[in-house]
Amino acid sequence: MSRETGATAAATTTPVGYRWQRYTPLQRFGRYAAYLIAATGVYWALRTLDVHWPWVWSAPNEIADMFNRMSPPDLRRGDAILRAMLETIHIATLATALSLLFSLPTAYISAQNTTPNAATLWLGRFILVATRSVNTIIWALLFVAIFGPGVMAGILAIAFRSIGFTGKLMAEAIEEIDRKPVEAITAAGGDKTKIVIFGIIPQVLPTFLAVTILRWDINIRESTVLGLVGAGGIGLILQGAIDTFQWRTASTILIAILIVVILGEVVSSALRKRVL
Amino acid sequence: MTAAPRPRKWRKPSAIANPVLRYGLFVTVFAYLYWAVATLPINWDRILQGFPRAVRIFSNAWPPNFTRSGLMISGFTESIQMAIIATVLGVAISIPVAIMAARNIAPPPVYAVGRAIIIVARSFHPIIVAIIFVKAVGFGALAGIFTLMLYSLGFVGKLLAEAVEEIDPGQVEAMKAAGAGFFKTLIFAVFPQILPRQVGLSIYQLDSNLRASAVVGVVGAGGIGGTLMNAFRRFDYDFAFAILLVLIAIILISEGISGRLRRGLS
Repeated sequence: MSRETGATAAATTTPVGYRWQRYTPLQRFGRYAAYLIAATGVYWALRTLDVHWPWVWSAPNEIADMFNRMSPPDLRRGDAILRAMLETIHIATLATALSLLFSLPTAYISAQNTTPNAATLWLGRFILVATRSVNTIIWALLFVAIFGPGVMAGILAIAFRSIGFTGKLMAEAIEEIDRKPVEAITAAGGDKTKIVIFGIIPQVLPTFLAVTILRWDINIRESTVLGLVGAGGIGLILQGAIDTFQWRTASTILIAILIVVILGEVVSSALRKRVL
Repeated sequence: MTAAPRPRKWRKPSAIANPVLRYGLFVTVFAYLYWAVATLPINWDRILQGFPRAVRIFSNAWPPNFTRSGLMISGFTESIQMAIIATVLGVAISIPVAIMAARNIAPPPVYAVGRAIIIVARSFHPIIVAIIFVKAVGFGALAGIFTLMLYSLGFVGKLLAEAVEEIDPGQVEAMKAAGAGFFKTLIFAVFPQILPRQVGLSIYQLDSNLRASAVVGVVGAGGIGGTLMNAFRRFDYDFAFAILLVLIAIILISEGISGRLRRGLS
């Protein structure tokens, strides 16, 4: 009964035969177009991708077989794994420290309120984008070609890759500072250096520390792969174990990586809570 | 009469108030840096040789060589295809895992399993996963797709689980009060609330899968990474540089499109 009264009440304001619809025709068209584009993309990818289908059907068996060969983990090479793991953590830490040397000036010139002029702003943005777009493993390939295989290539690869991430977040922190301390120092006659030391750094320091710690955590994960192209760390012995079909050693290494990455995440989030 | 203030210099308050802690931290950091650098096997002679080598490599890399564009196009096409398929499949498997890993929906033992799956998927770098899948299912795009699926599962699963934990419980209660079972509650009370988040995450993941698909080829899992690796191995630095330039351009375009789409959604 009340339903009908509602309908008559509505009829006074809306045209007869009106049916409520969530989307306008244009919105609906847009939605269907989006579905169609997505479906076409998937169809195209499936049809033209060069996949050997028998391998797809045998994949579950192959993967199960590999897990069988991996268990139980073989701990005999434990001390070599431990040493390589320590090397991996060193690479991540040193690279994070090194990347600060590059990312601090880059952040300074990439922030709109501190950059000297438009050219430096674009230079800064270019550095941020270019370093972030090239993956760690590609940086590692390049530095291995230059400095030879070893940890130095790994440290440089991780450090370069980190510039874009830390620099971008730091530049954003600089842009979001409270202007008043800067104005106060300017009014009191402070020069550019004084403004940076007393007006900007105290405001951005907690964010900078938090970003650095976050990146350190990410870098631990990243530095586990450097060894695959000869740039040091745990990846080297993982590749060795896999190439010689020592699957049980490989599984020990994978477990070690899992533990270290999780520990890194725990330490990093605890530290970040303290500095912020 | 107030006492005449002693002349003193103002000093900036330190970020760490406790001086023992402050200097202790400095000493620890320097001790660590010294220890790390001293124990790492660093061959300084070889590194010094690197500078002339760098000059040679960069002069060989310039100008970038685009003549083998056929190889490049097929590599990038494969990367894009891998990214699309892996995103669809990866997001599809991450929905049930996200439900499992949401504290407010899943019973504690299921929650633990869901979280464990996500933690394991997130902890391994795609390249490590890729070498294992290459050994398990052979070289090529298939190994890459499996790798990127796991990578998507880790990221989308985690954030989607958080989205499920943040839903408004009122709708779930209403469905339960009306006598709906578990799946009906999921379909009518949970999914509508996480849908916008899920679409946004899928678009974001497509972008990051595209980035990752360009490198899993380095270990033989298909896509442009293999082409790039071969160019490096054969010292074709001009071709490698051309690939890198196109790669950066594609990443930037994809980031731009993805960012615009996600802004349009929210």
